[in-house]
Amino acid sequence: MESDRRAFLLQSARYVLLTGAASVAWEHILAGAPQEAPNYRTTDHWWGMTIDIDKCIGSGNCVRACKEENDVPLEDGCFRTWVERYRVDPEHPEHPLVDSPNGGYDGFPEIDNPGGKYKTFFVPKMCNHCANSPCTQVCPVGATFDSPDGVVLIDKSRCLGCRYCVQACPYGCRYIDPRTHTADKCTLCYHRITKGLTTACAEVCPTGARQLVDFKNPADPVHEFMRTHKVHVLKPQMATGAKVYYNALDGSVR
Amino acid sequence: MPGVDGFIYPNEVELQWSVLIVLYPFLTGLVAGAFILASLERVFNVAAVRPTYRLALLTALAFLLVAPLPLQMHLGHPERSFEMYITPHTDSAMAMFGFVYLWYLMAVLVLEIWFDYRPDLVRTWQASTGLKRQLYGVLTLWSDDVSPEALRLDDRLGRIITIVGIPSAFLLHGYVGFIFGSVKANPWWSTPLMPVVFLFSAIVSGVAAVMLLYMALSRWRGGRADMVCLDTIARYLFYAFVIDFSLEMLDLIHRIYEAGESFGALDFMVKTRLFMSHIVLQIFLGTLLPILMLASAQVVRYGETARRRIYAIAGSLTLIGVLAMRWNVVIGGQLFSKSLLGYTTYKMGFATREGLLPAIIIMLLPFAILAVLLKVFPPWTDEKQMSHGHA
Repeated sequence: MESDRRAFLLQSARYVLLTGAASVAWEHILAGAPQEAPNYRTTDHWWGMTIDIDKCIGSGNCVRACKEENDVPLEDGCFRTWVERYRVDPEHPEHPLVDSPNGGYDGFPEIDNPGGKYKTFFVPKMCNHCANSPCTQVCPVGATFDSPDGVVLIDKSRCLGCRYCVQACPYGCRYIDPRTHTADKCTLCYHRITKGLTTACAEVCPTGARQLVDFKNPADPVHEFMRTHKVHVLKPQMATGAKVYYNALDGSVR
Repeated sequence: MPGVDGFIYPNEVELQWSVLIVLYPFLTGLVAGAFILASLERVFNVAAVRPTYRLALLTALAFLLVAPLPLQMHLGHPERSFEMYITPHTDSAMAMFGFVYLWYLMAVLVLEIWFDYRPDLVRTWQASTGLKRQLYGVLTLWSDDVSPEALRLDDRLGRIITIVGIPSAFLLHGYVGFIFGSVKANPWWSTPLMPVVFLFSAIVSGVAAVMLLYMALSRWRGGRADMVCLDTIARYLFYAFVIDFSLEMLDLIHRIYEAGESFGALDFMVKTRLFMSHIVLQIFLGTLLPILMLASAQVVRYGETARRRIYAIAGSLTLIGVLAMRWNVVIGGQLFSKSLLGYTTYKMGFATREGLLPAIIIMLLPFAILAVLLKVFPPWTDEKQMSHGHA
């Protein structure tokens, strides 16, 4: 009886302090294992993302949140998402000036734009979770695979570290994790989205430029968004079936 | 960032494939080329190259045994490489490597060598004692039947294996070219010509390597390489080289004339970071010069000594040129950003896992293996094949 009351009090305190999803996840946090998502059905979803270039202010919040949430190494050359800053001379749109200091992790230092000569904007980049992904195609052991809900994932316990997938990705989204010597990239925060949460990058975006979208959900605002905006994917000539759709993407973006 | 010009994607700081991956197509190329030379005699009855037949097979075997080593050393998890055999991902070009490799090693090279050497092995087995007798007993698989019927069967089987072997050699190296040629993300690699160019440069390098080895070994044994044989090899080397060069130029001219999206970046790269290895080493020193030398040996009546020197120099230049070509494909294909807006630099370590030192050791290893193979399987069946000193 005594122990029951104790358990009840602990349980109640947890619900009051942590609230909602976090309290359900508490056991798993204690166990150090990802929480299961028993009610999630992969066949009910088809995930993607929309990024509104006009809304991105280059805060770098997404880069920092991603590194924190997904335990991405802080060193150079390890980015699941990053932000590029474009400066385009309207007379030479094919030669844009681009920088991405530390992937935008520390934000962007101010630069001169004398007389407002350049067109400037930020482009957040991440894995495009392609429907026909070249990285999945080339993996010799199937360590990289497409989940039925449209997310490209990596089984790190199978990856050989041959780096063919890094070569095959046209967007530079993959890197080798120096700690595990296996390929790594954005998982679209699979551990979060299967529990009804959004991705870390979308969660912290101060302007809502990044939105996780579910194309199979008829109530998702993405359908309206796609109908009313001029959207584009990166490098459409690669025909990878990219599912990260950009609004107001400039033709100079590579 | 040091070593970086313009803009590269943040994940492109490190080059993914190192000098070891340069050696991989170089080594398999030598295998394929050496085998093609061997089959000239066996299938196409070019009797003049007979003295190099066995040497070519042993050279192919020595290089083939080392070929997976650079790949293995490059892997982040070499202990998992066997997974490629057990659970291959059939959509992946790379997953086929193990099967193509094993097929070529076991079904072609080892079998062909065994059938060809069987009478010799039986003879040595019966004539020796002790440990040596044990070794050759194993090598003959304890079969001592060298009756004329058995030998006729050996010869027929050997011929069939060679006939199967030619497309297999083409497959082995064309496949290596396909690994690069099928990467659509990389405009420097992505061309259907890649497997064909790889194949012909493989033939060129393998023929040149066996020719040089034959010259060196003949000299080492106190004789001289047979001149008719050398002239014939040099002639075939010249033919293969012309095809190889035409294909490479076709690729280059096509890129220049088409001047597609990636042309500016590639053009810049060839004129700067790859100038030395591409224009100077690969095209001028490694291709044009040896082709001109070999061509002149076809039309000018040089003396024998002059011809030997021409072949030795042209052969060496050829190998340098083909190695440079592999470098320019593998390393060159990673020096520019997939954004086509910037360039990076390759920093090769020395005594690191993928540095210069292991690369040198891997390149020397086939010669050590070949030395052992030459001891166990002496290729010199007939002393008359060596022409002694009538220069």
